[in-house]
Amino acid sequence: MADDNKDFEPILVGFFCNWCTSTAADLAGTTRLQYPPNIRPIRTMCSGSVDPIYILRALLSGADGIIIGGCNPGDCHYVSGNYKARRRIAGLKTILDTLGLENDRVWLKWISAAEGQKFAVTMRDFTEKIKELGPSPFRKNWSV
Amino acid sequence: MEQSGKDKRIGVFVCHCGLNVAQSVDVEKVVQEISSYPGVVHAEHYQYMCSEPGQELIRKAIKDHNLNAVINANCSPSLHEKTFRGLVQAEGLNPYHQEVANIREHCSWPHANDRQTATRKAIAIIKATIDRLKLNMALTPAVINLNKKVLVIGGGVAGMQAALRIANGGYEVVLVESSPSIGGHAAQLSGTFPTLDRPACLVAPMMAEVAAHPRIRLYAYADIEEVSGYVGNFAVKIRAKATCVDETKCTNCGRCFEVCPVAVPSEFDRGLSDRKAIYRPFAQAVPFRPVIDVLSCAHFSDDGCSACEQVCSENAISYDQKDTVIEEELGAIVVATGYDLITRGIAPEYSDDPDIIDGMQLERLLSPTGPTGGVVKRPSDGKVPKEVVFIQCVGSRDQEHGKSYCSRVCCLYVAKQSLLYKRSIPEGQAYVFYMDIRSDVKGTEEFVQNVVEKGRTMYLRGRVSKVFRDGDKLKVWGVDTLTGKSIEIAADMVVLATAMVPRTDAKDLARVLNIIADQNGFFTEAHLKLRPVDTLTSGIYLAGTAQWPKDIPDTIASASGAASRILSLFSREELLHDPAIAYVDEELCVGCGQCVSICAYKAITLDEKQKLASVNEAICEGCGACAATCPSKAMKHKNWTPKQFFNIVDVFTKEYE
Ligand SMILES: Cc1cc2nc3c(=O)[nH]c(=O)nc-3n(C[C@H](O)[C@H](O)[C@H](O)COP(=O)(O)OP(=O)(O)OC[C@H]3O[C@@H](n4cnc5c(N)ncnc54)[C@H](O)[C@@H]3O)c2cc1C
Ligand code: SF4
Ligand code: FES
Repeated sequence: MADDNKDFEPILVGFFCNWCTSTAADLAGTTRLQYPPNIRPIRTMCSGSVDPIYILRALLSGADGIIIGGCNPGDCHYVSGNYKARRRIAGLKTILDTLGLENDRVWLKWISAAEGQKFAVTMRDFTEKIKELGPSPFRKNWSV
Repeated sequence: MEQSGKDKRIGVFVCHCGLNVAQSVDVEKVVQEISSYPGVVHAEHYQYMCSEPGQELIRKAIKDHNLNAVINANCSPSLHEKTFRGLVQAEGLNPYHQEVANIREHCSWPHANDRQTATRKAIAIIKATIDRLKLNMALTPAVINLNKKVLVIGGGVAGMQAALRIANGGYEVVLVESSPSIGGHAAQLSGTFPTLDRPACLVAPMMAEVAAHPRIRLYAYADIEEVSGYVGNFAVKIRAKATCVDETKCTNCGRCFEVCPVAVPSEFDRGLSDRKAIYRPFAQAVPFRPVIDVLSCAHFSDDGCSACEQVCSENAISYDQKDTVIEEELGAIVVATGYDLITRGIAPEYSDDPDIIDGMQLERLLSPTGPTGGVVKRPSDGKVPKEVVFIQCVGSRDQEHGKSYCSRVCCLYVAKQSLLYKRSIPEGQAYVFYMDIRSDVKGTEEFVQNVVEKGRTMYLRGRVSKVFRDGDKLKVWGVDTLTGKSIEIAADMVVLATAMVPRTDAKDLARVLNIIADQNGFFTEAHLKLRPVDTLTSGIYLAGTAQWPKDIPDTIASASGAASRILSLFSREELLHDPAIAYVDEELCVGCGQCVSICAYKAITLDEKQKLASVNEAICEGCGACAATCPSKAMKHKNWTPKQFFNIVDVFTKEYE
């Protein structure tokens, strides 16, 4: 599989909260850290406002991986949105499991506004991981 | 309410940002491709869009092309969203018909070495932003009434400072103190490090100023019962406890104290003296008036005593006085409820002996107005203690038995107390067991050094393993970790520097106010660094040790901070609230109530009869948690709707087809 994927450029969608992870992405940019360009960033007010249906929509439309980024536990700008996100993503993952999609295609990461470096490294790791997994099985079977 | 998107005439303005964008993004190509994108009627690029010529170019394009929506493709929205929204508003557009596409921080900078890919990504980001903008609603900020009156809860130094600053700023303050007098812990102190000022010089003048201030209304011996509403518009119910003394008649003669047969341990002297059931907590109390403590008063128990009533020539005693509930409406709240000291039970190695006291008890013994007139005498037999052992960090920095945090003032007050003790008993010897000395407050490092070097206080680095009674003495066993030797001291008195902890009722108050208390019970600030005196509930601020252990200088600083936050809040005539908040599509709402429980701000109410949720616009912070939870998708987050997210996602996933 790994060989087939050499030229594979995954479609990656990120949902990044306004107060932490989007700002971390700003910081990564400002400090000119380089990371793979595959990620398509969507700013959300909070990780807790990411409805699982957005993730499903993205996966069914052909995204190979989804990453949700929020503030560190205890630091959510809206008190507890990141805990809500954690609960929802855990629930979503069991559903994806039953549908036969690898768990690792959906990541949830806490990246604070100060962690530009962590943002860049995470994007690199995430892209690597999805390249390793290859194109999403949904891409072939379900594409809408 | 949702938009079709067909009505938008969108202009897209791509910024080179000098070379910051243009070096890795082919702006020419971007404009070319975007020009023909559905909904776009005009697109152009320019060197610096945020400059005056850049802004003029946008203004002109709005007029020339009759634009009613604008995309600015440039740096992060955190930098210029405000600028461009202001610009389009000045041109008569709704500011929420402007969006930023971040093609600098999120694209040109991190992908600086691949012009082709960066250009493609920039185009995708702009298209996605266009498709989101198509469905943006025009919004206007909600205007909220601002009642410029303040509630301060707690009358220690923090509450007094906040109340005085706000009242001097010209606004009415209601100060609620649960005990019979304001002053708090600072009024109990003997002197204060590092200058040794007496509370009579520091705290008493503040208390007098509060009492006399024309704009401060003081309710002492009163509790907060209920708080509702939101910033600018709080309604509170205050329960003024019955004092059973008619203040208008009482002349403070004090004869009642003499005749009252019931003696209970004095809270002010921390149990080292007795007070009567009818009492004034201390000589400088404000308000200066007696109260009857109905829980210990014998009139209310079986024997129906009425000694004070009989002796009162003014007929001021009124046993059947009832609590009164006062309602106040106000715009902002300061929480200044202070701290407590951890109970000694946490440390099994210290036995329950009357000559083992805590730091606040020693403050009373050192105080000229204390039970022993400032000459230190030990509680068991009134003997002057010749050997005193201080033990620091009792319950602090002790995850196992107490609290993991440092209480911040103990190192300093122990140094102060050992110095004052030596002044009181020159032939006495003080020993201090410490973990390390933390003296980071201005002037205190020199102060502690002075005590260590000149004060002849013996500092021993190490822990005490046991304290037990041995005849007339208290045996203290410990280890000096610097020399490795075990130490045994036969002491007359032992002083425990016990941890500062939140008041046990702090969690209840947090619930009443809808603010957060941390795992220890201290109130949590909105942001430790950037918003240290705000809470996450707008309009509610923190002052003093209710937030975290502090000394008096830090307490005053935080109280002044809370006051200044309120003064700047009140500098406006009314409040504007971000309109990008939640709303309910009543057609879809089934009244399941899931949104009510998920909202961290209690912004949603459920009409049980109609089975309909509704959002309070003034409280909603626009986090979007409810919308993501709503199973019937009736709850929507304005301008962040599912359709808008789908539009974005679709652009990003179809881009490769
Ligand atoms: C032994 C000891 C010695 C110290 N020595 C020094 C020193 O030398 N120098 C120094 O700078 N600092 C010293 N400190 C620290 C100092 O006591 C505090 O910094 C200061 O008193 C904090 O003031 P505050 O207003 O935050 O709290 P507090 O003094 O605790 O005041 C809180 C007030 O709120 C009231 N209250 C509580 N809950 C409610 C409620 N729900 N409704 C209404 N009212 C309520 C309380 O009755 C109290 O009056 C010492 C502390 C200790 C323990
Ligand atoms: S958007 Fe957030 S703050 Fe507003 S009502 Fe919904 S959950 Fe509460
Ligand atoms: S605001 Fe960042 S996770 Fe809630």
